[in-house]
Amino acid sequence: MKRYDAIVVGAGHNGLVAAAYMARAGLEVLVLERRYLIGGAAVSEELYPGFTYSTCSYVCSLLRPEIMRGLDLPRHGLQVIPYEGSLNVLTDGDFLASYSNHDRMRRELMRHSRRDAEAYDRYALEILRQCKFIRPMLLQMPPDPTSLRPKDLVDLVKFAKPFSELGEKRLYETMRFWTMSIGDFLDEYFETDVIKGHLAGSSIIGTALGPYSPGTAYVLLHHYMGEVDGSIGAWGYARGGMGSISKALAASAQETGRCEIRCDADVTDIIVKNGRVKGVALADGSEFYADTVVSNLDFRRTITKLKWTEALDDELVRKGENFKIRGSSGKLNIALDGLPNFKGVAVKNNPALSGDIHYSPSLNYLERAYDDWKYGHWSKKPYLDIVIPSLMDPTMAPEGKHFMSVFVQYVPPSLHDGLWTPAKRDAFGETVIGLIEEMAPGFRNLILHKQVRSPWEIENEVGLTEGNIFQGELTLDQLLFNRPVPGLAQYRGPKKGFYMCGSSMHPGGGVMGAPGYNAAREVLKDLRRGAPA
Amino acid sequence: MSAASSNYDVAIIGGGHNGLVAAACLARAGIKTILLEAADAVGGAARGYEFHPGFKVSGCAQILNLLRPEIVDALRLGDHGLRYAASDLATLSLLGDGQYLALDDKAALAQVSAADAENLPDFRRRMIRYANALAPSLLRQAPRMDFANRANVWELARFGLRIRMLGRRDMRELLRIIGMNAYDLVTDEFENETLKASIALDAVMGNFMGPRSPNSVYTYLYRMAGSTNGNRGALALPAGGVAAVMQALAAAARSAGAEIRTGSPVARVLVKDERATGVVLDDGTEIASRIVLSNADPKTSLLNLLGPEHLDTEFVRRTRHFRDRGTTAKLHLALDALPDSLRNLPKQGQARFLLTPGLLGLERAFDACKYRTVPDAPPMEIVIPTLSDPSLAPEGKHVLSANVQYVPYALAEGNWDGARAKLREGLIASIDTQLPGIKDRIVGAELLTPADIEAKFRLGGGHWHQGEISLDQIWTLRPVPGFVQYRMPVAGFYLCGAGTHPGGGITGAPGWNAAQAVIADLKTEPTR
Repeated sequence: MKRYDAIVVGAGHNGLVAAAYMARAGLEVLVLERRYLIGGAAVSEELYPGFTYSTCSYVCSLLRPEIMRGLDLPRHGLQVIPYEGSLNVLTDGDFLASYSNHDRMRRELMRHSRRDAEAYDRYALEILRQCKFIRPMLLQMPPDPTSLRPKDLVDLVKFAKPFSELGEKRLYETMRFWTMSIGDFLDEYFETDVIKGHLAGSSIIGTALGPYSPGTAYVLLHHYMGEVDGSIGAWGYARGGMGSISKALAASAQETGRCEIRCDADVTDIIVKNGRVKGVALADGSEFYADTVVSNLDFRRTITKLKWTEALDDELVRKGENFKIRGSSGKLNIALDGLPNFKGVAVKNNPALSGDIHYSPSLNYLERAYDDWKYGHWSKKPYLDIVIPSLMDPTMAPEGKHFMSVFVQYVPPSLHDGLWTPAKRDAFGETVIGLIEEMAPGFRNLILHKQVRSPWEIENEVGLTEGNIFQGELTLDQLLFNRPVPGLAQYRGPKKGFYMCGSSMHPGGGVMGAPGYNAAREVLKDLRRGAPA
Repeated sequence: MSAASSNYDVAIIGGGHNGLVAAACLARAGIKTILLEAADAVGGAARGYEFHPGFKVSGCAQILNLLRPEIVDALRLGDHGLRYAASDLATLSLLGDGQYLALDDKAALAQVSAADAENLPDFRRRMIRYANALAPSLLRQAPRMDFANRANVWELARFGLRIRMLGRRDMRELLRIIGMNAYDLVTDEFENETLKASIALDAVMGNFMGPRSPNSVYTYLYRMAGSTNGNRGALALPAGGVAAVMQALAAAARSAGAEIRTGSPVARVLVKDERATGVVLDDGTEIASRIVLSNADPKTSLLNLLGPEHLDTEFVRRTRHFRDRGTTAKLHLALDALPDSLRNLPKQGQARFLLTPGLLGLERAFDACKYRTVPDAPPMEIVIPTLSDPSLAPEGKHVLSANVQYVPYALAEGNWDGARAKLREGLIASIDTQLPGIKDRIVGAELLTPADIEAKFRLGGGHWHQGEISLDQIWTLRPVPGFVQYRMPVAGFYLCGAGTHPGGGITGAPGWNAAQAVIADLKTEPTR
């Protein structure tokens, strides 16, 4: 049987990024994917004739530009179409639009509150500063503050340097921002509910926290630190759906001639001998050998679901079980016969329609949505993040028809009265469609086909534990050197030759590729292959 | 005498425990100090009074657990009358109808969960180890993030070193849990619902936090940093109530030469040539001093007593955003006798009673507070101090005192005048279901909502800690980033209340630290 230099378990975007960098550095790489297609949560599927669904993740921005360039993704077919605005629809016929055009954005804010329009400039500047500060850390390995080895101390000093260079005032702002709730933060700037509700959305997406939970300001940052074509905080669509990102990554990896990708290959065992990984075994019993194995699975799955031929110690297993990876989101994918008419919103080339369409009238609305989740209900009045990519990307749906992706927060992994059932799932879908009908009367009649997915479906299909889109909560206890758990934050372990490259690792989730890049860099370091190309 | 009376080095506004500690420290350093208290007695929110003829309480304070031992020793509070009626309270979690779970009774706990009974002592030991690593910083100024100043770098290094001294394993765990929430911590550690809820209640008590709110583990560690007679985390009932501790502090201050004037409300701080020069009382009396030290909460001190006109807008904005709306109410009941349900409980006089609606119920109670409504089943921490100290009530009669979490400062609809009585009856009813017979023994009752506490004790916001204890409002960020070392932007004006580092509870630490800052500054500053 052929030996490989490295085996990657799971062909999610991070696994593919890691594979591509390792192959480019000269390693013979094998990528094993359980499903019939690569991409993990970044996939495009034709679930209804003529319509391309971005089944899970649906917009892109976070993908690191360094990776975009380094792996030459545009040449491999990746095209990102930026959108120019977003919309917060109110059911009373009014709305709050936002535009990438600053002046237009201001005018729109003025319409709701002159004072908030003034504050917006200060707010936007602060957010931009925080983004610029954190971006260099994304492609860095977190230091180990508990180690006294000279190398680690050097890492620590390197890591602390930007903080010490911030200057006193900025450092305070950063300390507050990383620990505050988005609610308290927005309350310091704005007075209008709809504006606060609109801006808070990004701070709760994928997170089992409410807008008034400390730490949510950081989550907002996590959604803003991306960019499209160099404009920070901008979002866009991958032409052809999110699957095109995975396809481009795979193409870039396979171009080297050293990367083999196998689908329908369900890795069940990690083969370990004398504390060193030797390879993996599949459900069908076949085995593949390599001295380096890189897991793209989330931390809990890696530790508790994979079978280790040499057992992991109990404490680590307990840590795996206690890893906070909570399902809090659901998704509806819908094929539409035409464009819905959102109350009071102009349909004809309205840039605000081209981006996210929210239902998020106030902070308290979001907080109440979170309260339902805490007690095992899906939000009776959920936060919606709707996109209609077919408005910008004609390849997503037939002429005149549209694909709509509806991201729903909050949806629990299991319900107060037991596990998810098809009936409960449909009831949940009905809650969402009912709300959209309120936003856009007549919407229901446009539906040609819909796919409703609770965290349960997401876990069972994509493999994300509890359907958590970030492979683990982005709270202080699971960030930087605490991610996924203290002592395993440097992409290595728990066994020699074993690495982790999923979003459970620093800097966390979103289609960013940073964990995959960082893990590949550490592999190559250990193999003395020099820095990634 | 409206003109400046005899000059003082320091005038302290407010005789809360921190003001008293500061007065004692300053006087002992030979600094001419006057303390001005608006009420007729010192003690601030721990002031002693009779809420019903013959029935004595100590304001908001019912338990002593955080007072820094260094302060007890340095001020020789023992010589000034500090005594304990109970020095290590047991915790009984009430289960309804007189039933209870004694959390400190390993055998009893083992009956509901062997694993928890095994783990609890180890859990406490670990938490106390972490608390010990944080404790030393309580009696030191928080560093500013100005690294040009070596002292700050040194202070940070000390702090880092202390954490490192825990050893690698503990350090990792501390760095992990310190930003965590109590819900996750207790869920990871324990299986028994009552135990989980009881620990979570201790973690959130006094703050606008539910068990699921991140940072609620820090507040638990802050609590565990306290000690009584060298016994970490121990809860005590002082003889004569916490008010007696206030008297001991006052005695220590007076004996050191500090002057204490009660019934002297300060109207505002005098400012001349951009420095504080003294204070004016409500009656117009002017008291000149080189330094003014305010024990009042930050907003009252800076925006009312000093005045925004002396501060820059950014600083004023920050001060206004300081979160200090209280969430904890106080219930006092006068009982003409104890019902059997209570007499049958063990550890008479040596226990506190927790009333928790379970972990989720605790979270639900917080939800209600978030939307400024009154929870159906508010969690409570109950003590009956007269069981160990009969002097607090007439012969054979008793006082029941309860901290009630969560009660909003203001209601979303209506106001407290309408709702106070309803809440009081609701609380009494839920205590009665736990300790049947209480209701019929009540001869007097007092309920203080956060708003009442604000008015009664001149405590802006009516918050236990003069302001939320959350990661974005502690240490180098408390009360206002850049002004964490007790010195405010106007020269000669200092804060010494719980609104400054390290925060509230009866620690005495802010008063102690502020006094050290004043002493240092008076040394270097030439007398005018």
